[in-house]
Amino acid sequence: MGELINIFIKSVFIENMIFAFFLGMCSYLAVSKTVKTALGLGIAVTFVLLITVPVNYLLDTRLLKAGAMAWIDPELAQYDLSFLSFIMFIAIIAAMVQLVEMAVERFAPALYNALGIFLPLIAVNCSILGAALFVQERGYQSLAEATVFGVGSGVGWMLAIVAVAAIRERLQYSHVPAPLRGLGITFIITGLMGMAFMGFMGIKL
Amino acid sequence: MKFLHNFLEKIRPAETSPMYTLHNAIETFLFVPGHTTHSGAHVRDAIDLKRTMFTVIIALLPALVFGMFNAGYQHYRWLSPDLAFWTMDNLMYGAMRIMPMIAVTYIAGLSIEIYFAYINKHAVNEGFLVSGMLIPLIMPIDIPLWMVAISTAFAVLFGKEVFGGTGMNVLNPALTARAFAFFAYPTYMSGDKVWIGDSADLAQKVDGFSGATALGQYATTGTTSYSAWDAFLGFIPGSIGETSAVAILIGAAYLIYSGVGSWKIMLSGALGALTMAFIFNSVSGSMDPGPMKEYMSIPPHFHLVFGSAAFALVFMATDPVSAAHTETGKWIYGFMIGILGILIRVFNPAYPEGWMLAILLMNTLAPLVDYYVVDSNIQKRLKRAKA
Repeated sequence: MGELINIFIKSVFIENMIFAFFLGMCSYLAVSKTVKTALGLGIAVTFVLLITVPVNYLLDTRLLKAGAMAWIDPELAQYDLSFLSFIMFIAIIAAMVQLVEMAVERFAPALYNALGIFLPLIAVNCSILGAALFVQERGYQSLAEATVFGVGSGVGWMLAIVAVAAIRERLQYSHVPAPLRGLGITFIITGLMGMAFMGFMGIKL
Repeated sequence: MKFLHNFLEKIRPAETSPMYTLHNAIETFLFVPGHTTHSGAHVRDAIDLKRTMFTVIIALLPALVFGMFNAGYQHYRWLSPDLAFWTMDNLMYGAMRIMPMIAVTYIAGLSIEIYFAYINKHAVNEGFLVSGMLIPLIMPIDIPLWMVAISTAFAVLFGKEVFGGTGMNVLNPALTARAFAFFAYPTYMSGDKVWIGDSADLAQKVDGFSGATALGQYATTGTTSYSAWDAFLGFIPGSIGETSAVAILIGAAYLIYSGVGSWKIMLSGALGALTMAFIFNSVSGSMDPGPMKEYMSIPPHFHLVFGSAAFALVFMATDPVSAAHTETGKWIYGFMIGILGILIRVFNPAYPEGWMLAILLMNTLAPLVDYYVVDSNIQKRLKRAKA
């Protein structure tokens, strides 16, 4: 249990997808104009991560890794399908996003319209493929660990996008120099926020 | 005074000339202008912003003067152990070291400010009066002046001017400068060689010289040679303005009395720190021996007098621009700073000074806190209107 809490805190604060790895920046920059839509997208991303990371973990450990298929038939143990992991992970993620999109369109049409193209684009959000690959690379030991890591990454990403959206809403009252308005100032804010998040780096749990 | 006023009138440049902004700044600095500040997101009063900033400068004076005495005391103490504190020599040494830092900060920062004021065609922002005084006070005394200048320039440019100047920034500019220096020149911002003037020189002359701060000693040996009472009065090494909790409390009293600093943030910050320290104390008993256990069992009141805790809570967290703007938000904001400050200080061996990063982090989250405070208020009123 303690290990799971550590993984969660680590993935939210210390190894934050945005401020530590700068993954998933496109939708982070594009959809962070208002807190409401940012929160919506954050929840969608967290949900997709919650489903895809454990599924991809199972896929990796039961089918793709060297010798992973031994549980089907001892003869299959000689195969190593890990060269397929990118394409398989992406396929799983795309299918999941399709489901989420349909659900959002059905139950929250206002959010669906506000998110626009960025909802289907979650499929190519780097933080989601990134999380699946981090699970593979870091060798998390169990399904529970992978799931907690997925949720933690999603919550960290949501925290980042909601915080930056709140800052951008406040910036409406600022006299930002014309060439920097919009994306330019958002990049600078992200850099400064990354500096503030440096406080967590190096914390050992 | 009449003479000075006439002189300023006589040399008044044309409004289009670059010197006009400089002239305007000097004029409003010396004389109360006939108008009040009318722009800036944080102005909610008919007071001129320059007077507000001056209040903070006055509140900083005790810490500054004490810092000068302490700089000399910490330096000469190694040469003659039974040194008195309030001597002219100490003050002169401190002034010789600190005045150039203040001058460099103001020159570097104000020249950028004046340039931006000129190209943006507005009067010079007064906010830098305070930032320029805060930046030297939170630097170690042995830092080279050019680093102070570069950090200041970075903070003014990227911490403030890209957002449109005073009142529009997200992060506290003084802390941005310190964080920049901390990550760009780590060897000059931490360790045991920077907190005492001319420490390289002293290390050659004196055997067993050690300039570690109280927290630095905790991190390496798990105990400190300074008593809490010394730390409260301020006779310890540290950044220039941060050592004396007494001097800072005098400043805090003045800030609260004048209404410029928010007592809610100071109080909730102190409460947050004490709460977190109590929690650590209570769990430290069951830990394996080691520096982490020693760190976690530091008594709560030590945390508030060692390091920059008091200075950060009184002068940094209460910055009206980068703090939460709503009253409920201020409680949450301050409390979170207290918790995070202790958390980073204890858990992160690389940064014994968690306060700077805790406040910067809460600066970035303050708009979110405000958003939800306002939002919940709206929901509450809507519900009341329906009922």
